[in-house]
Amino acid sequence: MGAGEEERVNWLIEFFGDPANWSGPDGIPLRLLEHLLFSVAALALAALVAIPLGLWIGHTGRGSLFIVVAANLARALPTLGLVVLIVMLLGTASVWPVLIPLVALAVPAILVNTFEGIRGVDPELRDAAYGMGLSGRQVLGRVLVPVALPLILLGLRLAAIQIVATAAVAAYTGLGGLGRYIIDGLAIRDYPTVLGGSVLIVLFALAAQFLFVMAERVAVSPGVSRRVKVR
Amino acid sequence: MITFDGVTKRYADGTVAVDDLHLEAPTGEITVFVGPSGCGKTTSLRMINRMIDATHGTISLDGVDVRTIDPPTLRRGIGYVIQQAGLFPHRTIVDNIATVPHLLGWSRKKARAHALELLDRVGLAPELAGRYPFQLSGGQQQRVGVARALAADPPVLLMDEPFSAVDPVVRTSLQDELLRLQAELNKTIVFVTHDIDEAIKLGDRVAVLRVGGRLAQVAAPAALLSAPADEFVAEFLGRDRGIRRLSFVSDASLRLRPDLTVPASSPVSEAAGRAASAQSPWLAVVDAGDRPLGWVNPAELPRDGTLEGVRLLPYGTFVHGRDSLRTALDAALLSPSGCAIAVAEDGGAVVGVATRESLDEALALAASDVGNGDPANG
Repeated sequence: MGAGEEERVNWLIEFFGDPANWSGPDGIPLRLLEHLLFSVAALALAALVAIPLGLWIGHTGRGSLFIVVAANLARALPTLGLVVLIVMLLGTASVWPVLIPLVALAVPAILVNTFEGIRGVDPELRDAAYGMGLSGRQVLGRVLVPVALPLILLGLRLAAIQIVATAAVAAYTGLGGLGRYIIDGLAIRDYPTVLGGSVLIVLFALAAQFLFVMAERVAVSPGVSRRVKVR
Repeated sequence: MITFDGVTKRYADGTVAVDDLHLEAPTGEITVFVGPSGCGKTTSLRMINRMIDATHGTISLDGVDVRTIDPPTLRRGIGYVIQQAGLFPHRTIVDNIATVPHLLGWSRKKARAHALELLDRVGLAPELAGRYPFQLSGGQQQRVGVARALAADPPVLLMDEPFSAVDPVVRTSLQDELLRLQAELNKTIVFVTHDIDEAIKLGDRVAVLRVGGRLAQVAAPAALLSAPADEFVAEFLGRDRGIRRLSFVSDASLRLRPDLTVPASSPVSEAAGRAASAQSPWLAVVDAGDRPLGWVNPAELPRDGTLEGVRLLPYGTFVHGRDSLRTALDAALLSPSGCAIAVAEDGGAVVGVATRESLDEALALAASDVGNGDPANG
């Protein structure tokens, strides 16, 4: 281990070992909670918009062009630019300057994956479902969604990771979250704090990922995931 | 009864899939729609349960225009089986079968119990109930597809090329299974296939459609084979029409000789005497239970000992009163004697022997039927 790495390990010990970092408005628990709230709120809002829209477009086939636009927009969207722009427009008095870019970032991933999931269901299966006498709504709810669930959850997972990572940007607007450690640390050249903040964000993203993998295990039918023991 | 009355399906781009179809699918019978791709057979089938709506004309179920019933309600009363089975991958086999009963609001317990019954009925082991479709073979999935279609006991069953994606051995067993089920259930079945042999095997009536969605001929299989309406139907029926028609001629006209058998325990000399008095070089050797063992030509045997140590020649059998003339002819061709052995359905004891002479008479009689009104003509 070189001198540089050793120093960085010491930084981590310094940051995480300091009792002052574990309490108060600038403490890790509160920052973590803020980050969590931002992320969950942004993901929930994005899902609320993108999932019904993706299901509807995927099921009816109407408005597919919208999906293409959304997918391209996602690649082109400058998140930081958007945050700054909205802060300039709305000020920093509310959480919206942070939430709007995060939601905008998350919507395309969820929308496109939900749409693809529904569209990708075998047409024979759709045909069989209608032929059995299921109504359009029943075909969607009882057949298409369960079969498309892995892709829908994938969209949510990708969106969640992007949100968690990008929520660090929230610090820019003077709001809280784990990003504060990086922004504030850089401002006063407090590298242990910068490093500690980054590690927390990475761990947070990993935890989110893990949560989704578990959710998939529980929610997706073994007949779809093909994860079942042959008896 | 399903009635097509002047049914036409024209798509927005002008393509005519079905052209002025008049047809009846009688209650309790299997009506097969057969024809090359693009003949509108699947479209015709799908218009019955309104997966597609006709442009002109009416389709009625026992006199009720299907257009007056809303599609989900209509479809819940009609079994539907498609090519790849179309099972729901996220549901277990038992839940797949119980799909329509669930929709009809049966209790969970009743629906499941009935589904298990059907699983047995289509010849699947009860252990499969808890499995998922991907764990089943193609043939098993197709059986589940049939069970699912039968679950709410609909009077009508629509089958759209249900057996065309499985290998020939499995296909044959699925076909036999369908005929067995139909003998018990007497559903009104409309069956679509591009395979004329399947059509002839399964159909009580076969409707041959030509490209452009026009009906070329509708008739019982035997009538179709003996009197195709035109060149197109004849060509579509393919080779060996005459031989294949024999599948529909019963063995009743076949004169059987009871005097051409000999027990294996008999001495060769006695067998030779019997052959001489029967004026036949060949005798069928039977065991103590009168079951056939093989043919001998006593004139070619050494004159001592019994028939027990003698090398017997191959034989062919057909079941008396059940098998067709085609099976009898086939049995005759499997033996150097040129004769077919008729056996009883239970026990397999020899009933008699159909000689070349009697086969010849029966074939001549069958041939004389062609053209002057087949019994099965419809």
